[in-house]
Amino acid sequence: MNAAPPLEKDVVPDPTPPENGLSFVEEIHNLLHASVGNPISSCIQCGTCAATCPVASGGFMEHTPRRIIALIRAGFKEQVLKANTFWYCASCYQCTVRCPRGIDIAELMYGLKRYTVWKTQYQKGLIGPVFSETFVKMILRTGRSYEPILATTYIFTFGLPEMIQEAQNGTALMLKGRLPLLPPRIKRLENFKRMIRRIIPLGDSE
Amino acid sequence: MKTYAYFPGCSLEKMAQSYHLSALETTRVLGVELKELEDWNCCGATAYFHVDELLAYTLSARNLAMAEKEKLNLVAPCSGCYKNMYFTREHLLRDPDLAEHINDALAEDNLRFSGSANVQHLLEVFVHEVGLKEIRAKVTNPLKGLRVAPYYGCQILRPRKDHEDIEQPRYFEELVGALGAEPVDYPLRLRCCGGALILTNRVAALSMVRNLLESAVKAGAAVVATACPLCQVNLECYQKQVNKEFGTEFYLPIMYFTQLIGLALGIPPKRLGIGSEFVAVMPAIAEARDADPVPTGK
Repeated sequence: MNAAPPLEKDVVPDPTPPENGLSFVEEIHNLLHASVGNPISSCIQCGTCAATCPVASGGFMEHTPRRIIALIRAGFKEQVLKANTFWYCASCYQCTVRCPRGIDIAELMYGLKRYTVWKTQYQKGLIGPVFSETFVKMILRTGRSYEPILATTYIFTFGLPEMIQEAQNGTALMLKGRLPLLPPRIKRLENFKRMIRRIIPLGDSE
Repeated sequence: MKTYAYFPGCSLEKMAQSYHLSALETTRVLGVELKELEDWNCCGATAYFHVDELLAYTLSARNLAMAEKEKLNLVAPCSGCYKNMYFTREHLLRDPDLAEHINDALAEDNLRFSGSANVQHLLEVFVHEVGLKEIRAKVTNPLKGLRVAPYYGCQILRPRKDHEDIEQPRYFEELVGALGAEPVDYPLRLRCCGGALILTNRVAALSMVRNLLESAVKAGAAVVATACPLCQVNLECYQKQVNKEFGTEFYLPIMYFTQLIGLALGIPPKRLGIGSEFVAVMPAIAEARDADPVPTGK
């Protein structure tokens, strides 16, 4: 298995001044104010999360969750926000349930995803953020999920062989009656949209 | 007859229609009524929590409030939907300010969340509410000799809901045993299938699927039983891609646990949605049946 790439030797803590008078650690702490887990300051860097994570242990993450926590605490904001780690988290919660310090690490990953979506600071070229935003907009329009719309968010990022494979898979699913031809929608859609607008004010365009 | 508000979730409408069909067929025989929640909406999947937590809670709260209106507990066959609605209820009960905020939005659809409807996974309903004894008594067609790898996956277990055992659960194995089949032990039974990474990080997800299939095959499984539509699709519909990527030759049927129950209860395969899968199920079932009853002495 591949190890995560080493940190460049000359990286220094991010020189950007704290935003709104908050350090990066404080920002992350605020991000998780509603989490039931312990604060990341209680992390002992044991590495259980990294070992138990099926994605990190497969060598697919630039930084393991353990290292992400260390980077946050050391103020490496830029490196953390640009990492693929949290976008490659599959939400399996193995880290969360096994952390001996009771930190909800999967929730930290969610928090970092949201932070980079709000500030559009995620690593360019990742499918995850685009996929999630498309998904959210789709549900706002109809109330239910429709796979063919989602496919457009990732299929064009594939190389040709993968694209063909995916198209073949889609066709096979269609032939087996496993893909809907028309997007489903809920009945009380107008109420639903008004409900959403109470939470997030949306323009007419959505 | 016990009645539940049934939340099928988006996948079961089409992609996992066989799960939907087999859930309805088997519960009917076992004296449980799944009353589909009228006008349910998407639970938010993982994507909503990537973008906005409040919005994600609102989506699940609408479903919970509708179940409350029916005075029924909610049951979800998808592990993701189950986890989202279970923890939305927990969070809103713990945080009255959050609940009030969301109730203000729910009022637009004449709904209100109070927390009176609890949330269960469909597998829990079979194991804990119907009970293995009752299921065993109704089995007319025991799946003797069929080696089944029960696949728990993630969100039915994690995060931990109460104080239950999430490191060494046995209830899925016991259910398989109650059907007359032989549960197979394999190391990766609680490991993640890759989830939505199959779309957003294909290589990582394919390698996770490969590891799982390999683990089940090495343990001698003839089929894998799942309790989640995403696990089923990843493990089954991407087997071809796994084989291409890694030069493997997997051809392992991946069934919903409700399909296995249905076969054991003597329900015709077609009514359980069998036939819409990529990896044919019935040859494995037939092979086990043919191999088992007469000890040939070989």
